[in-house]
This record gives sequence, structure tokens and C-alpha cells, in this order.
Amino acid sequence: MSYLEYAIKTAPTGWRKILYLNWPLVLLLSAVAGVGFLMLYSVAGGSLTPWAEPQMKRFALGLTVMIVVAMVPIWLWRNLAFVAYLIGLSLLVLVEFFGTIGMGAQRWIDLGFMRLQPSELMKVALVMMLAAYYDWLPIKKTSRPLWVLLPVVLILLPTGLVLTQPDLGTAILLLASGGMMMFLAGVHWAYFAGVIASGVGGIYTVFLSRGTTWQLLKDYQFRRIDTFLDPSSDPLGAGYHITQAKIAMGSGGWTGRGFMQGTQSRLNFLPEKHTDFIFNTLAEEFGFVGGFSLLLLYVLVIVFCIVSALQNRDRFSSLLIFGIGLNFFLFFAVNMAMVMGLAPVVGVPLPLVSYGGSAMLVLMLAFGLVQSAHVHRPR
Amino acid sequence: MRRSAKDTADSFRTVSRRGVILGAAQLGFAGLLALRMRYVQVDQADEFRLLAEENRINIRLIPPARGRIFDRNGKVLAENEPSYRITIVREDAGNVEEVIANLSSLVELEDDDLNRALTEMMRSPPFLPITVADRVTWEEISRVAVNAPALPGVTPEVGLSRAYPLGEPFAHVVGYVGPVSDRDLARYEEPEPLLRIPRFQIGKVGVESKLEESLRGRAGAKRVEVNAVGRVMRELDRREGVAGADVQLTLDADLQNYMQARLGEESASAVVIDLASGDLRAIVSSPSYDPNLFVRGISVDDYSVLRDNDHRPLASKTVQDAYPPGSTFKMVTALAALNAGVISADDTVWCPGYLEVASRRFHCWKSSGHGHMTLEQSLRESCDVYYYDLALKVGIEKINEMSAMLGLGVSHDIPMSAVSAGVNPDKVWKLREMGKEWVIGDTVNASIGQGFVLTSPLQLAVMVARIATGRSVTPRLIKSVDGVETPSGAGESLGLNENHLRQVRKAMFEVSNNRRGTAYGSRIAEDAYRMAGKTGTSQVRNITEAERRRGVTRNEDLPWKRRDHALFVNFAPADNPQIAVSVVVEHGGGGSAAAAPIARDITLQALYNGDPPLEAYPSKDRDRIAAQQERLRALLAARQADQRGRA
Repeated sequence: MSYLEYAIKTAPTGWRKILYLNWPLVLLLSAVAGVGFLMLYSVAGGSLTPWAEPQMKRFALGLTVMIVVAMVPIWLWRNLAFVAYLIGLSLLVLVEFFGTIGMGAQRWIDLGFMRLQPSELMKVALVMMLAAYYDWLPIKKTSRPLWVLLPVVLILLPTGLVLTQPDLGTAILLLASGGMMMFLAGVHWAYFAGVIASGVGGIYTVFLSRGTTWQLLKDYQFRRIDTFLDPSSDPLGAGYHITQAKIAMGSGGWTGRGFMQGTQSRLNFLPEKHTDFIFNTLAEEFGFVGGFSLLLLYVLVIVFCIVSALQNRDRFSSLLIFGIGLNFFLFFAVNMAMVMGLAPVVGVPLPLVSYGGSAMLVLMLAFGLVQSAHVHRPR
Repeated sequence: MRRSAKDTADSFRTVSRRGVILGAAQLGFAGLLALRMRYVQVDQADEFRLLAEENRINIRLIPPARGRIFDRNGKVLAENEPSYRITIVREDAGNVEEVIANLSSLVELEDDDLNRALTEMMRSPPFLPITVADRVTWEEISRVAVNAPALPGVTPEVGLSRAYPLGEPFAHVVGYVGPVSDRDLARYEEPEPLLRIPRFQIGKVGVESKLEESLRGRAGAKRVEVNAVGRVMRELDRREGVAGADVQLTLDADLQNYMQARLGEESASAVVIDLASGDLRAIVSSPSYDPNLFVRGISVDDYSVLRDNDHRPLASKTVQDAYPPGSTFKMVTALAALNAGVISADDTVWCPGYLEVASRRFHCWKSSGHGHMTLEQSLRESCDVYYYDLALKVGIEKINEMSAMLGLGVSHDIPMSAVSAGVNPDKVWKLREMGKEWVIGDTVNASIGQGFVLTSPLQLAVMVARIATGRSVTPRLIKSVDGVETPSGAGESLGLNENHLRQVRKAMFEVSNNRRGTAYGSRIAEDAYRMAGKTGTSQVRNITEAERRRGVTRNEDLPWKRRDHALFVNFAPADNPQIAVSVVVEHGGGGSAAAAPIARDITLQALYNGDPPLEAYPSKDRDRIAAQQERLRALLAARQADQRGRA
């Protein structure tokens, strides 16, 4: 496992690296962010403040971060993976004690110029850690129980910390992306089948116990689960948001009500219209055509990541690109499923479009790693 | 340590294969999202578009102006006058306490109102105007307008509120409006949305209540765009409402005013009916109350004063109270007997002062007896025994029939509250109501309007109107609604023998024009306007043996509550009847002394359309009448000045 494998001689050096960036990916990310600027301008009632302008500045910063990260050779990042994981973990512990709770129960540390969410950072660090782990592990050992247990611990440690914040959404994302990393690395499918089967069986048993003498949860806990799974059972409380979100989306029709003409968002019926539910503003004002176009942009980002990963013969790079692509996918898929009423509302923003600084910066940093892997791939 | 080539190749194969599998899964999920998007945005688009519009568009009702009420000559009895109130918008006011402090130095603010307003303000969204002072004067409004810079968020607003410029004399007829109550809403299957507007007022009593549908009008509506917290962003369009219909009553405001003043402090009622049309020229119940108090929301103190007054100002005595008619009922008995053919007018009956029926003695009011009596003499002198004898001959069924024909025991259809049907008893009625058999003594009592017979002052006036015309005159209170004349109440002929009617009318003429008549003291001296009437004195209860022993034989010696009711009914002019009048003075004593003089004054006032010349009165009364006219004129002038001041 040395960088000798990386055929250093064939990798571009110096400023020439810029030419070897995955430019289509850069353009796609900018296009997605551009959709975000447009919508933030619209929900502010046709104004750059308070959302569109800061978002543009942050995206410019994010692009810079991405390019800087991309310039650093990927093997250096690989060697830093464990350090990054440890830093992420200690920040998560730190935030338990010194963090501030804000919207969506996410804890952050105020750095003055920005709010750092350690859980965001952890998403990237976990992918790096697992990629490095499987890069180091000989493929034959991948499915041996002990070598399966180790990454499970690596995943559950940060997941548990995030869960106590309590940020259920991010915890699920961490769990899912970690599991997918293990799947990618070639862990035997029987493990996944076992975990999924026992999970489903456990949930089924809990629900089966409802109303019997050996009921496993209290009645109010069941009721909470009911509202969580079916918000329409509580139309004025938890269901209000998702109902209004669906009205916004549905009223858009094929081509939408026109730029800045969406009544649901303009008249504040739509909640969190600049963060979690920004997709519904887009869907209301630009209709199916607008919503589908954004989805297409996201899918293209994923496709470019997959193609880049498949081209890359370095194990760490390939796993890393797949992993970050998956994270990005989980990000927008969970948000979209949520705002379309397909999934419970868990408070996951739409990547690069929703207003919010630290998520975007971390995301651009992650794509910096993807770019670095792309630039420094063995040729 | 270098990795083996095989390891690298195996790993590459595995990662690539699994990456492609996961990639396909991602694309599949994206496809699912696209399908969901299509379902919501294309298949369900119309439904959601509708919901979005429902969210965004609010329909606000515009209350219509309520129809006005006039008297027969176009004098305003109920109108809408601008009323000023002061509202505060919390978010514009900034420091609410400071603004209210500034405001209270300019306008008198009630603590109660202020506290209510402050609680309301804290509970409602900050952009809603909250009323802090209602019905403020024009001066106060001007002061607020001048000091507007010191009063951010304070707006003077103009609304319409109901006013009854003539006040008390019309309270029982016109009634009043008040805010919609839960009970009002419960009356309707599906209440009009208008009724749910805060502060909307509907008729509660009298014409205001009975003609509510006509007076209310139809609401207009405006469509406004609101945001999620209900703030109005803009008005989209509006449709004006239709104002309520104006209603004209048959009442003559001047006559009504005069009568109210004439009845004065007595607990009394009086009705004047126009014979040609059945129009109620006046229908007065005394004492009365100021309906304007109720519109503003009457205070508990004011209300308990009205409620606890033993003269019952809140009662509409002309229609809702029924009294034993006493001797005013004798025309009914007489007509029943004549009509049945059991007597003729010239037959005489011997009155020894009593009549023994079923071993019980029924006394005449004159214990020494009247001697031989014809119909004319018996009515003139109000001999009771004559009518006892008639009743025994004709029977209760015929009397009951005649009563009904003359409009007794019938609830006349006029739009006032709680119109009583009175009681027109017969055997079936007694068995049903009291579970007892009819006895012959009941018939004897009924013949002189005692016992079970109960009639309202309105019914008495209708009875006289029918005797005077021979037609089934029905009372009419509404002259027109929205300019459309209501049908006349002149009525068809009752089919009674004209000779019989003439004999009864002649006898009634004698009552107030023959030296021996019971109402001779209240005769009219002007030949063209002489009246024909009948006195009545109805017992509230008999004087007990114990009282008789203590020496109480006269009504005046009893407490007010137990004195007899005084009644008088008449029509005039006798030879060309135009109006019928009834007067009931509760616990007033004898009809000839307490009720007849009032009826004469009312009759003359109605026939002359104003104060009659003194020559219309017998010469010995003229000084007293002159003084009385003077006093009433002063009273009416003072009241008029008071009304103008209030307006």
C-alpha cells in the first residue's frame, strides 16, 4: 500500500493539474448551485438578500476549497483518513458538551465566521476512513467476521454520537453510507441480508406486540411513530408542513406558476421554504419541467462520479468516489422523498440548493477529494 | 508492502461490479422520484391547484345596510347612523401601553373595555385592528385625528349602528336589534354566513325581529388574498351587497307619541284601528323603555330596573297580555243572542240585583237592581243580570261562535313579539285545559266577560271594529315593504243581520251620550265626532269576606296590585265610523272613571289629527282639558328636544 502504485510520473503536476480536473462535474455542480441562487432570490420576494447573495459567496468559497483540495495528491488524503476520522469523532464528542442546538436538532460549534457542524464533517471522514480501511485490507479477508466487525464499530461510533444530539436524519445517513461502503468493498451479501432481515423482523415484532399484553413500547410512543410515518393523521400539527408542501408542488402542474408567482411560498404557506422545502418552491414556480430538470442535474452528478470511479484503478480512489457520490445521492434522494411525501420529515436539506453554509462547504470539500482522486488517478 | 496483482485485480472487479449495482439502484430510485413528481404535479395538479387557491383566497363578507322603518307619514322610526370607534393595530402601535396612555388623555376609555381589548389584542395576530373604544363622539374622533402623529397604529373607524330616533313610544312595536347570539344561530338550519360576522346585529324583538329577512338585505363579498397567518395582501375583486328593504308601518307617529304621553305613568295600553283598512294607527303600551339602550348592550343595572318595575315596561301589553274583558264583552253576548233569535231587542228582563242559577247567586254590580231592562237600557247601564239571562237562553256555544267571529280567541297576524290569542272558552276548551266539566255558572260568568274569558287590548279593538263595520276587519301593521303595499285589512262582510248590529251600535251610542250611560261623563260634545263605546271593569279577584268585615268595599281601599282593571272600547264618529279604540288601564279601577276619559282624548286626537279644539269637550271639562293639553304639549316638546339632542 504505497503510493508507488500511483505511477506518480504519469500524474500531472503543478498548475497543469487544473486542466485535468473533472470539468463537466464542476459545471454540473455550478448549475445545481445556480438553481439554488435563483430559488433563494425568488423566495426572498425577488431580492438578493437575505439568502441568495450569502449563498453565492459561500459557493465561491466552496469552489476554491474544492480546487485547493483537488491540487493535493490523493495519497496524502488517504494517509490523513484516520486522522480526519479521529478529528471528526473528537469534534462530535466536543459538540456534545459545548455545542449549540439549532434548527433540526443539529449541534454546531460557532467558529465566528461560520457554524461548523461536526456531523457534516463526519460524513466525509467516515467515507475516507472506510475507503482507506478497505484499501489496506486484502480482498480475501473482507468478509471474515473480525474484519467485518471492525468497520461496523467505525460506523456505529459516530452514528451513536450523532443520534444522541439527537439528529436522527444525519445518523441514518451515516449508517446508510457506511453500510453501502462495506457493500462496495465486497463484504459478503449474506451479512447485509442478515442485518436487513433481523431489522425488519425486529420492527415487525415491535408492531406485532401493539395492543397485546407483552407490548414492547408505550402507547404514546406508538402514536409518535404513527404521526412520524403518516403525517396526514395529524393535519394541523406535523402533517401541516407536508400537506402544504404537496399543495405547493402539485399546484405547479406541468410548467409551474411562473418565476416568483408561487402563491404557496410567497404567502408563507410553505414552511422552511428556503431550506428543507426549497424544492417545493421550484416545483411550484417551474412545475414538473423545473423539478425534473433539477433531478436530472443531480443524476448526472452521480453518473459522472460513477464513471470517474469505474475509470479509476486505485482502490482507495474508487471507493472514495463511489462513497462520496452515494452520500450526495442519499442527501438529495432523502430530501426529495421527504418533500414529496414519500418519506417522513427528517430535516435533511437539498444539497447545494438549500440555504446553509457548512453543509455546502463540506460538500464542496468532498467533491474536492473526488477531483483529487480524478486528477491523480493511475494512467 | 506491495499488494499482489491478483488482489488488485479481484478488488477492482468486486468494487466495479458492486459500484454498478449500487449505481443502478440509485438511478432506479431517481426514476421513482420522477414518477412521484409526475403523479403529484401532473395527475393531481388540478386538485392541488384548487387547494392552493383555497389557501390563498379568503372571502370576506360585506354586511349590507339594514332597511329603515318609517311611520305612515314617512317619519323615521329606525335608521342606521354612523357610529365611530377607535381601533389599534398592535404591530403599527409599537409600544401599545404608551399609545393607550396617550389615547386615554384624549378619549374617555372604560377600564373594562380596555382590558377586554388588551386581552383580545394579545390573542390575535398583530396586524388585526382591535376596537378599544366604541361609540365615541365626533369631538373625540376629531381630537384623535388631529393628534394622529402621537398615536401610531390608532385608526378612527366609521361603522353603521341602529338608532331609534323616536325611542320609547315605539319600543314595543319596532323592537330593537342586538348581536347574534348562539340561540339565534340555533334557530336556523343553516345560518347565513353573515350572522357569523362579529358585531353583526339582527332583530331581537318586534318588527325588527319579525321582518328580519326583509330588513337584513343580502351580504356583499370581497375576495382577498391572504398569507399563511391571515394578513390580507390585496383585494382581488368585490361584489356589492343588496341593502335591506325599507319597511313602512301603518302607525301615525304623532298619535303614537301623544298616546304614550297621555297614558303617562299608568300601566296601560291603547289601540287605535282605522276601520277602512284595518290599519293600526297607534298601538301603545305604557310604561315603555328606550330601545337604544338595548342596541348598545344594556347594563345590568338598567336592565334590572326595567325588569323589577311592577308596571312591567318590557311587556308589550297591547298584544301579549290578555285580561278579562268585563262588561266590554256584553256586545258579544247580545249579538250572539240576537243572532240566535232567542231574544229581540225590545224584550225586557227583570233585574232584582241578582240572578239565582243552580242554587248560586250571581250579583249585578248594582245590588239594588235595575228593574225592567231592554237591550239598549242594559248595555247603557251595564246591567249584569240581563246578560246572565241571555246567556242561559243562548248557551256558551253560540257565545263562543260570536266571539270567534268578532276576532276574540284568535292570534291576530301582526309582526309583533308574543302576540297572545287570549282565551275564548267553551266546553271542549275547559275539559282540555282544566280537565273539568263545563258548569252553567261558567256560562253565566262568561256572559259578562268574567270567568275564563281573556282578551288582549288589540283583540278588543278588533272586536269593536267588526261591530262598527260588520266586516271582518283585520289589523294591519305593515303598510309596505320595499315600496310594495301589503293587502288591506278591510275584510269581507261578516254576514250578521244589519238590524242587530244597528241595535247594538245604538246601545253603545247611548253608553256615552245618554245621561244614564256609564260613560256619559266622557262624552264628546262635537256632534260630528260623537262616539259609541262600552265601559268595562274586570275583577282581578273578589273582595274577600274578611276584607268586607274590615270595611273594605271600595276598590280604592285595596293595594294597587289587587284593584280592578279599567277598560273602555269605542268607535267614532258614531254615525260614520272611522276608527275603533280600546283602552285598558291595569288596576285602574272603574272603566268609566279611568279608561273612558283616556279613550275620548285619543279618539279626538285621532279624528282631529292633532289637539282637538276645547269645544269638542263638554263645557264643564274644558278648563281641565286645557290644562292637560298644555301639560302634554310641554312634555312632548321636551321629549322632542331630548331626541334631537341625542341625535
